[in-house]
Amino acid sequence: MEDKINQTQKDHGSLLQAIGTQKLVAIIALVVLFLFFWFFGENFAKYSTIISILDSSYYIGFMAIGVTFVIITGGIDLSIGTSCICCSLITGTLFTKAGLPMPVCVVLAVLLGGLFGLANGIMVSVMKLPAFIATLGTMMITRGLGSIVTNTATVTFPQATASGGAFRSLFKLKAPGLPQAGIPTGFILLIILAVAMAVLLNKTRPGRYILSLGSNKEATRLSGVDVMKYETLAFVISGLFAGLAGVSYAAVYSTLMPGTGNGFELDAIAGVVIGGTSLAGGVGSIAGTLIGVFIMAVLKTGLPFIGVQPHYQLLITGFVLVIAVFVDVLNRRKQGKA
Amino acid sequence: MGEVILTMKDIDKSFAGVYALKKAGLELKRGEVHALMGENGAGKSTLMKILTGIYSRDEGIIVFEGQKVQFKNPKEAQDAGIVIVHQELNMMNHLTVAQNIFIGRERMNGRLVDDKKMAEDAAELFRKLNIKIDPKENMGRLTVGRQQMCEIAKAISTEAKVIVFDEPTAALTESEINELFKIIRDLRDKGIGIIYISHRMDEINQITDRVTVMRDGEYVGTLITEECTKDDIIRMMVGRTVYEAPKIISSVPEDAPVVLKVENLNVGRAVKDLSFELHKGEILGFSGLMGAGRTESARAIFGADKKDSGEIFVYGKKVDIRSPKDAVKAGIGYLSEDRKRYGVIVEKSVVVNTTMSSVPQFTRGLFLDNKAEVRTAEKYVKALKTKTPSVHQQVRNLSGGNQQKVVIAKWLTRDCEILIFDEPTRGIDVGAKSEIYTLMNELVKQGKSIIMISSELTEVLRMSDRILVMCEGRKTGEINIDEATQEKIMHAATIRN
Repeated sequence: MEDKINQTQKDHGSLLQAIGTQKLVAIIALVVLFLFFWFFGENFAKYSTIISILDSSYYIGFMAIGVTFVIITGGIDLSIGTSCICCSLITGTLFTKAGLPMPVCVVLAVLLGGLFGLANGIMVSVMKLPAFIATLGTMMITRGLGSIVTNTATVTFPQATASGGAFRSLFKLKAPGLPQAGIPTGFILLIILAVAMAVLLNKTRPGRYILSLGSNKEATRLSGVDVMKYETLAFVISGLFAGLAGVSYAAVYSTLMPGTGNGFELDAIAGVVIGGTSLAGGVGSIAGTLIGVFIMAVLKTGLPFIGVQPHYQLLITGFVLVIAVFVDVLNRRKQGKA
Repeated sequence: MGEVILTMKDIDKSFAGVYALKKAGLELKRGEVHALMGENGAGKSTLMKILTGIYSRDEGIIVFEGQKVQFKNPKEAQDAGIVIVHQELNMMNHLTVAQNIFIGRERMNGRLVDDKKMAEDAAELFRKLNIKIDPKENMGRLTVGRQQMCEIAKAISTEAKVIVFDEPTAALTESEINELFKIIRDLRDKGIGIIYISHRMDEINQITDRVTVMRDGEYVGTLITEECTKDDIIRMMVGRTVYEAPKIISSVPEDAPVVLKVENLNVGRAVKDLSFELHKGEILGFSGLMGAGRTESARAIFGADKKDSGEIFVYGKKVDIRSPKDAVKAGIGYLSEDRKRYGVIVEKSVVVNTTMSSVPQFTRGLFLDNKAEVRTAEKYVKALKTKTPSVHQQVRNLSGGNQQKVVIAKWLTRDCEILIFDEPTRGIDVGAKSEIYTLMNELVKQGKSIIMISSELTEVLRMSDRILVMCEGRKTGEINIDEATQEKIMHAATIRN
């Protein structure tokens, strides 16, 4: 998965540099945090706690995987948070009001996300709008759209046992004979998709082009690569994952409120950045993104167990973000001077 | 020449265990223009970066005005009176000329920045240097040559005692170079010590008093310019005799087929009604002054910029080129004059850059065949004698000549039949230059066809089978090599309408 990093740094040899300092710090931080809560948190060391950490990480995780591609192109996608909620609001309404079968709704939610991504991609690569502005627009549009379609009413997804609730098994399998907290199938899905996306990024043609155009768009174009196509593709991937994130959110939290979703994108982007993907583009890894996301999830779930109020989580995540990036900056500076 | 102002002796420096400098050194006197020469990778820039505090040295001493010094950063060096005029300009395009010159040392009026005073001081500086630039103009509106003048003015305004020029003429026109030389002579006469890095041999004769040559990070020797010949210096630099003989007659057979035909190409105001043919196995030189429209023609043919009108035929078949992708598909490769921006992706490895245009060729099913990519990259590193520790090395760490070879490898991997070389040897030293020339000659021998845009007349005359001359966007001459002279080319290059 980390082939690209390996390749560019093989010459230096050491394990530390092969993994990348920032990612190593992130891995250590994740393990230390987890162990800390495990030993010091009251009632943290339980299967059900792990399940709830995972539950709270899916939607951010999917969004983060997707937006990693956009960030590697040197762009940004601010619309994923609201588009995640919007997709599920629309398909949820189709289910409750129009009686569309749930499997169709799930697929539709993902595709709808892809459509928002396509719109972003076209605005950025063809119409040459700055990604920040284009996706800020889409953010507002999707947020508004969700409210309009639902007429500002909340949408509640069916319970797992109810008709149409089977889709929840995609993220958590509950059945007699299984642990009461369920089997975290969502985690398996997250890992499978992460591996698939890491392969896409590092082992296929589109991945190579996305990495290249993030480094130097013009040189990539002058090499005969259709940069518009691949830049758009990055946004489409981001959108598809936002759609899937919406489905996982519905599965975990059941009730969706129109007008929410703002801020999810920043959590996802923070995860990407903690994981070592550079906002300047050209460099990035999916594994890092997942680590980043789980650091935040462990913090979010773990802090209440040691008696810290949940809103301290934001404060601490902020520090983690700044420190993680600073370590990377220091490291780069050292390499540059070496 | 006065007494010695600066001595660098036995300087060692290594990066990650690989030495970049080994017993390197230099001695500079007051009122001297001292050339520092050597191939790319010889360590000139590293030595200068150590002098100006950008790098720290491992071993060795620097004595400046009789004192041992060790500058920790460029600011310290600047305060002591040593400044460097970089090859790549460090200018803020949206600020005015005066604001740029006094950046970090703003003239103040109480607590407010005094723009008026800075403009006056800048104007005074320009008067001293005999340059006509409006200090209130936005930096971005000046030509590269003028920007360079500003950079020099900035250096002088710090009351420098030693000024390092790093390839100052790379982007300048003939007349701007003359202007620059006048300034340098003035500075010399005022007793300033000048270190002059350049690859252009004729400049060394014109402007410098002594020459220090470096090779592979080591000090080779110092010569008095008047007492040595070009060949002496080159021999010291490369340890062998170079230079290809100029072409006397075209090596292209009469009946060679036309591989590329361009008819009535128009691009905005830059290119007007350009038509020409390129034959198989030919090097067609594009000559002309700066702004003649040569690069614009090449970029339009390659699809990098939009053309207004014009038809392009490859092997007699009309092709519709709207983007570089179409051009590459038609078998055309373009080597940009600005390698770092448009040619290579500096953060990526030699492998990635080599296969950049041919990724589909290295795709097995859905996936990239990394091993095949590495094999190809290694093949071309060997064939083109690219100097790199490994194919996984970031291109950033390669010298200009070797970066150019990576770009050539990119188009060879793609198997392009028609190659457009835009200033192929700009910023490349003598040894690597002659390697690029040999390479181009080999390519045409293999049946490739080359358009070579070059601002160096000697290069055009040495390499081309035929020369197309442009002026102000029009074709003003087409000369076969057996009839070509510098005078004829210059004459055609100045036919204005």
